Amino acid sequence: MTAFIVRRLIGLVVVLFAISVLTFLIFFAIPGVDPSRQLAGRNPDPATIAAVKHQFGLDRPLPIRYLLMMKRLFISRDLVSYGNQALKVVPTIWAATPVTFSLVFGAAVIWIVFSILLGLLAVVFKGTFIDPLIMILALIGISMPVFWLGEVVNLITQSPNRSVIWSWVPPLGYVPLTQNPWQWFLHLILPWITLSILYIGFYARVLRGSLLEVQNEDYVRTARAKGLSPRGVLVRHMLRTSLITFVSLFGLDFGVLVGGGALLTEVVFALPGVGLLTYHSLQSLDLPVIMATVLYGAFFITIMNAIVDVVYARLDPRIRPS
Amino acid sequence: MAEFAFEPESDQVHLAPGETPREIQGKSPWQLAGRRLVRNRIAMASLGLFLLIVVLCLLAPVYAHHIAHTDPFASNISGTTVVNGKRVDIIQQGGGGLGLGETPIGPTWQTNYFVGADNSGRDVMARTLYGGRNSLEIGVSSAVLCCLIALVLGVIAGFFRRTTDAILSRTMDLIWAFPVYLLAISLATVLLTKENGLQWGPIHISSSSLWVTTTIIAIVYVPYVYRPVRGEVLSVREKEYVEASVSQGASNWRLMFAEILPNIITTVIVLLPLMIATTVLTESALSFLGIGVQPPQASWGTIIDDGQALLYTRPAVAIVPGIFIVATVLSLNVLGDGVRDALDPRAKVRVRE
Repeated sequence: MTAFIVRRLIGLVVVLFAISVLTFLIFFAIPGVDPSRQLAGRNPDPATIAAVKHQFGLDRPLPIRYLLMMKRLFISRDLVSYGNQALKVVPTIWAATPVTFSLVFGAAVIWIVFSILLGLLAVVFKGTFIDPLIMILALIGISMPVFWLGEVVNLITQSPNRSVIWSWVPPLGYVPLTQNPWQWFLHLILPWITLSILYIGFYARVLRGSLLEVQNEDYVRTARAKGLSPRGVLVRHMLRTSLITFVSLFGLDFGVLVGGGALLTEVVFALPGVGLLTYHSLQSLDLPVIMATVLYGAFFITIMNAIVDVVYARLDPRIRPS
Repeated sequence: MAEFAFEPESDQVHLAPGETPREIQGKSPWQLAGRRLVRNRIAMASLGLFLLIVVLCLLAPVYAHHIAHTDPFASNISGTTVVNGKRVDIIQQGGGGLGLGETPIGPTWQTNYFVGADNSGRDVMARTLYGGRNSLEIGVSSAVLCCLIALVLGVIAGFFRRTTDAILSRTMDLIWAFPVYLLAISLATVLLTKENGLQWGPIHISSSSLWVTTTIIAIVYVPYVYRPVRGEVLSVREKEYVEASVSQGASNWRLMFAEILPNIITTVIVLLPLMIATTVLTESALSFLGIGVQPPQASWGTIIDDGQALLYTRPAVAIVPGIFIVATVLSLNVLGDGVRDALDPRAKVRVRE
């Protein structure tokens, strides 16, 4: 196990290095792109371009520029935004992460509970109208663009002439957990639901499929033969096996969402997380910030994948390579 | 050769639910799959819905010129239309949350401005149909492009193995490690801001071209198709019919594209409708963020973006294109399920139930 973890860690470092190089190349080395013009935003004046050139050492060779950029990102952490020279990029991203974590964590709790519930219901009621009904609802959930769903939710709950049952909904925005837990919850409950709907649909379908696949396995027949109640077989034996796939899927999706996948939800609900930061820097073409958020997201996902691999290897010894 | 290659591994052919052995006698796997798909009513209904949306969007110019009588790309701030015999302004004074400002006309439920106008006084229904053309064009062509790239790379990696496979697979892992939206955002910010567009030899793509978005979306999804294709190739290349072909002195080229490719193509066919559903969603998201389709062109995503400012006064602007997206993606997802049931050999698990 230790050897496996060590090997995985080495692989992780290699991938992180490759990601940083690739990101750097996308932003600074695609031929024909003048990075200084890009970095200085739309319609820059010559003085800004010169300043940017100097600040990034753009007259130096590419590998040096890469090293300089990484130093500014990870060691001196003084990379500044070009929209606002006083804005330090790295601390700004750090400050935005709790918002993204709050959003994704709450949504994850909702989607796990409801997808397991719906997946089990669909299997229990297989052969009646309930199973296809759940599966159709799940498909509709998967087919809705999350930003559009968010707008529909806003239309219903934020409109000036909304129904009185929505009077408890606070205006769009975010309140930190440490400041007021109840307001934190109220501000986030609708974004949580909106973000989780896609995943409820997806996970319920995956779980149903995997439950149906294991129901003909020998160990399930054994469990039935020894007289376990159908519910006991379903929950104790079938669900447990199916959850192995579920857990690894969950790790990956959680990583993707925290790493930037929740961007659209954050934009629609005006939650000042990493995604909204990326969105605002997109509007002003603030390349240092975009590059830093992309790197943050890719790093987080890669690290999350490595953790999933290790957890998976602990759960299922068969995939542990010797 | 192809028919022979499709013979199932076991000597027993599996029946789909509701099929009798007599019905499937003497039919090739393709005929069987087609037959099963056609008999799947839900899949056929969703195919019908998808084709209906495609036809509606293709008829956008007809709708704009002959039914709505509007130009959906020209702003019409001072224009008027006739509702219930009365002439009304398209951009009306007041009507906002506090009765201030200007508000475009709401749904008239008549041919002219059927679901109302946007902030520039343009017919939203006509724009939605025109936008659908772009959304569908980008969605379909990027999914096809993605599958083609993944197919070629997957076959090459799985066939040659060793170094070729290692290089290709590590590259794919690297793309996989990026969050889809963030990779698309990085590529789009860089590519869309190039003033003179892209120039690769004789190929020139202007930065406002739909091909920029199409290519970006195709690239970010390549690993998702590449992985299953490569896996299939690795197992298929060990089969007896490939060995037989080797013994006859077939070239690598022939082995890859005449022996292996026809036997793994079902993997890609099963994935294609689901990929189109995914790429349509991705396109709408990128356009919503302002880095997909560029004005004056429209797509479902850009219209929803336009509608954000009008959400509480004229919700139809944001809602209508969204309904088109949901209908398109839902029909493709259901169709994808049907295609998988018809083609995927794992369907036999279902029969056992």
